[in-house]
Amino acid sequence: MSDIWEGLRAAAWLLISFDADLWEITLRSLRVTLTALLIACVIAMPLGALLVLRRFWARRFVIALLNSLMGLPPVVVGLIVYLMLSRSGPFGVLNLLFTPTAMVIAQVIIITPLIASITHQALRELWSEYHDLLISLNTSIFQRVRTLLWDGRRTLLTAALAGFGRAIGEVGAIMVVGGNIDNATRVLTTAIALETGKGDFAMALGLGMVLIGLAVTVNLAIHWLTGTERAGRW
Amino acid sequence: MVTSILPLRLDRAFVKRRGKMLAGPVDLDLTGDGVTILMGPNGAGKTTLLRMMHGIERLSGGTVTWAADEETARAAQSFVFQTPVIMRRSVLENLMYPLRLTGVAKAAARKRAEDACAMIGLAGQEGQRATRLSGGEKQKLALARALIRDPQVLFLDEPCANLDGASTREIETLLQAAAGRGTGIIMSTHSIGQAKRLARDMLFMNRGRLIEHSPADVFFTSATTPEARAFLNGDILE
Ligand SMILES: Nc1ncnc2c1ncn2[C@@H]1O[C@H](COP(=O)(O)OP(=O)(O)OP(=O)(O)O)[C@@H](O)[C@H]1O
Ligand SMILES: [Mg+2]
Repeated sequence: MSDIWEGLRAAAWLLISFDADLWEITLRSLRVTLTALLIACVIAMPLGALLVLRRFWARRFVIALLNSLMGLPPVVVGLIVYLMLSRSGPFGVLNLLFTPTAMVIAQVIIITPLIASITHQALRELWSEYHDLLISLNTSIFQRVRTLLWDGRRTLLTAALAGFGRAIGEVGAIMVVGGNIDNATRVLTTAIALETGKGDFAMALGLGMVLIGLAVTVNLAIHWLTGTERAGRW
Repeated sequence: MVTSILPLRLDRAFVKRRGKMLAGPVDLDLTGDGVTILMGPNGAGKTTLLRMMHGIERLSGGTVTWAADEETARAAQSFVFQTPVIMRRSVLENLMYPLRLTGVAKAAARKRAEDACAMIGLAGQEGQRATRLSGGEKQKLALARALIRDPQVLFLDEPCANLDGASTREIETLLQAAAGRGTGIIMSTHSIGQAKRLARDMLFMNRGRLIEHSPADVFFTSATTPEARAFLNGDILE
């Protein structure tokens, strides 16, 4: 019990003194996750919109693929990315294994299906509302995608936040492809795993508090957004 | 001078879904400007026929042709739906939307949208969420949005259903002004009073068939089909 109190006190001190290590790890976590999130959104959101708008032959296949990708254990994604990037793998020459870029790639693969799927569901409803008008106004497919993404932006923000929450808390895949290397690929989750293993509870708890803080903020934001979505109907 | 997309010609056009004839086959020539009113009991196929003319209902057979190529024709028409489609944007952005689609610059589009907003009595509410407007205001917004590209032909599907007398009169005034500027108006309604006030020509449908097409004065004094006469007498058509 006293261990935990000790740990909490030390952790609080690390936080308020802006401990250099903790600060660096937090920033790296944010950088990796936000980069992955940006790339995933750029892929997933137009894809989600196209899945609503276009009845192409592979549509069902893509939706099924997204759903099964969502169920993939992250550590398996990590393993696959590892094999792709390892020296003997097809992308070995790029020398990306154990870099933040490798972690970004793994996270993109993990959250893109999630974001695309939420986008698809949200925009399907919006499209059924807008369908007649947008057909009548002779809109191009590009204009339709833009209109749906713009008018559905609140739900899309929810999708992005969900993706962020998933990515920032992910540990299995980025441990495998990043390697948890000090000053290079160590992020909040992998550092917590390491410090806990070492028995340095102060650092582990300090990092944990940052992570919890981020997760709570994101969830409150989602809650608030979906609330206003229902109240405002847009 | 812009080329006129009228006359509109329907040649044995029909829409069939799951083996059921929803509308047609219809043969029809609509020559020009002025207001054409389409009447008929619920389920007669009015909405279906209007959508066929506008080109947003897939034909099962026959043809719908305008006096211009398809792209020109489509660009010169607007449609106000039975339940207005209101975008999740502000009132002003709803009005600007059709203009922005065709590449009108933002400032110019804004100016025209503001004028349109004033025209429907919503000046001062430009920034309001359009989805929060009252039913009548939404209907007027949809009409103003349909008029904003200055269409040659405007379709309206029961634009005054659920509106009170004052709102109905406002909409009719807007429609008459548009007709006065040369816009051809084709509109369905359940109100005989409204038809008498607005119509130059009358169309009458029953069970998917277009059974009457005549000038309004002829239609209201001496309709030829027994169904139309019964309808005008206030009988309920089976
Ligand atoms: N996609 C569809 N599939 C099957 N039946 C349909 C479809 N769309 C419309 N209908 C049917 O077609 C008939 C004509 O519908 P339509 O909406 O054109 O009638 P309406 O004259 O506009 O009626 P109202 O006055 O009630 O608006 C109705 O019986 C309707 O149930
Ligand atoms: Mg109808």
